[in-house]
Amino acid sequence: MKICFFHLMPYRFLPEGFQDDYRSVWVDVPRSLYDAGKVHGLYNEFLDELEHAERVGFDGLCVNEHHQNAYGLMPSPNLMAAALTRRTSTAALIVLGNSLALYNPPVRVAEEFAMLDVLSGGRLVAGFPVGTSMDTNFAYGVNPATLRERYYEAHDLVMQAWTRPDTFAFNGKYTQLRYVNLWPRPLQEPHPPVWIPGGGSLETWEWTAKLDYVYCYLSYYGYKRGKTTMDGFWNALETAGVDDNPYRAGFLQLVCVAPTDADAERDYFEHVDYFYQKCLHVWEGFAEAPGYRTLKTLQAGVRPQIGDVARKTRQSLDWKKYLDQGYVIAGSPATVREQLTDCIQKLRVGHLMVLLQIGSMPKELCLQNTELFGKEVLPHLRDLWPGYTDRWWPSGAGMNGGARA
Amino acid sequence: MTPTARTVAIRDGAVTFRMLTDGHGPDLVYFHSFHDRGNGWPELLARLAERFTVHAPFHPGVQGSEGVDHLDDVVDLGLAYDEMLAAMRIESAFLVGHFFGAMAAAELASICPGRARKIALLSPLGLWLDDKPLADVLALPAADLDALLWSGASSAAASRWRTLPESEEENVAAQIEQIQRLSAMGKFVWPIPDKGLQKRLHRLTAPALILWGSGDRVNPPAYSAEFARYIADATVRELPGGHMLHLESPDAVARAVTEFFSYAPGN
Repeated sequence: MKICFFHLMPYRFLPEGFQDDYRSVWVDVPRSLYDAGKVHGLYNEFLDELEHAERVGFDGLCVNEHHQNAYGLMPSPNLMAAALTRRTSTAALIVLGNSLALYNPPVRVAEEFAMLDVLSGGRLVAGFPVGTSMDTNFAYGVNPATLRERYYEAHDLVMQAWTRPDTFAFNGKYTQLRYVNLWPRPLQEPHPPVWIPGGGSLETWEWTAKLDYVYCYLSYYGYKRGKTTMDGFWNALETAGVDDNPYRAGFLQLVCVAPTDADAERDYFEHVDYFYQKCLHVWEGFAEAPGYRTLKTLQAGVRPQIGDVARKTRQSLDWKKYLDQGYVIAGSPATVREQLTDCIQKLRVGHLMVLLQIGSMPKELCLQNTELFGKEVLPHLRDLWPGYTDRWWPSGAGMNGGARA
Repeated sequence: MTPTARTVAIRDGAVTFRMLTDGHGPDLVYFHSFHDRGNGWPELLARLAERFTVHAPFHPGVQGSEGVDHLDDVVDLGLAYDEMLAAMRIESAFLVGHFFGAMAAAELASICPGRARKIALLSPLGLWLDDKPLADVLALPAADLDALLWSGASSAAASRWRTLPESEEENVAAQIEQIQRLSAMGKFVWPIPDKGLQKRLHRLTAPALILWGSGDRVNPPAYSAEFARYIADATVRELPGGHMLHLESPDAVARAVTEFFSYAPGN
């Protein structure tokens, strides 16, 4: 079992009543709400939190890419990963990832990931998300009708740039390069492991199965709802004739650990509520540009995690509902251990990603959450999935604790 | 009268146009708008069919027309319409379009000037003024869009337009049709509809009627002067009404278009 610490880097200074007074946390969130001096402090705290996670025993550190928003201050996760290469030594650096269709030319991704892999001594996981509609269609202006085609073409270019031995020409529909010749190339052979974060689209399941990649379901609605998606993923793998090694899957879960269940509510509720009510407050118009989802996925009825429908689902949630519905796993170490074990087994995930810095959570509380998780929860999850090999783990990442396979 | 449906294929079937045809008289091609819902034969077309043979193709990707993936940009779309007319053995026709449809018609008439006998552009899309941005029709949620489209929110056309089928299955199908329709047209204009029409409009030599609803809150009437600036033989007219003029005032629009198409100086 691999357990990873996931950071969104949220802006924690949105005003009281933000969700009533402003239409969106993403795309056109007013810059009057932004304070660069505060973000200077936040970035450094966030990096401290990620570094601390390695010290308490996390196997990997996850960063990701979002644009024009107060939900996650990380337009370039590669910069954050670069900072982490120098202050960490064993953890996998999981960049989840670079939205391939946003880079022109996309060999930029091949280059920067290669730099990170070399710099970190082969600790990189290369994540390739399509990206949210807010990020790709609205903030970066990519045409929703061609987003996926661009993405697949860019993926092919990056993989060829990493693996083809000689200089080659790439004549794509969206990118034409007469000479592709990557310097530097990745340290890991033939290339860093590839993880694909997805929101539950059918095509992505089939594609990850075909290419032997890890599929990560990054949901904020918890493991109870995530089960439907992960069941769909495992069914797609079975249909494709692929084995059911749990390390083929990743799943993100929000977790709050406290000495007791009552402490958890007292310490964490306001920050969890900030996350769901403010950080996910996306205007319905930006949630999903027409054409962002394929017809097949539309027909399957997959709903976005943000926008009006999702907002109605989130409204007036109290602590009990957050917990009962599984959005957040929170409580004493024993409570969290029990529920996470259930989550891991039911969803069949070998790569668990936990979000321990949530919404407006200050650094001290995040460190406490991380510390308690590292000491009281993580060791008890280690030995799940004995007998399976993780073929999707970076070769240069150290195995904290020594003898684990 | 009931329009006849047929499908016209071009490029060895890679692109197909499903279209409705009805009426008598010279050929007229109607290019649909973003927000033309329903059976594809709005009242305006019935009016025009009294004087013209009206052909109303659905854009590729909409209501049974296929091949939007095959078309890369709006010039490609204009060429496809040229090929469609060739396949229909129509040398030239009167062209009418609303908003996105007017953009497609203007592209066709700019790329292949001989295809248009005369052209009527109703609240056309295709130009951009920084100080007069259009409403973001590809982002606006249904309720917000509804509030902008009409001059009178309580008009019969508006209520017909916003009423979705009651049965869940048909309702879901209508919503998927809506997303597909916007997606198929949005492909050619995302994220800003300025795709080079401005530098091609000088090739449009047919007499052009630029027709606008004076209360258009989606596409500001100020754009009419811009179109008139680039089109050599342009006549600008405003009618009372909003963006969905063609659905709200089909008689007035049909009259204006018919007069313009029929008027021949010196005859």
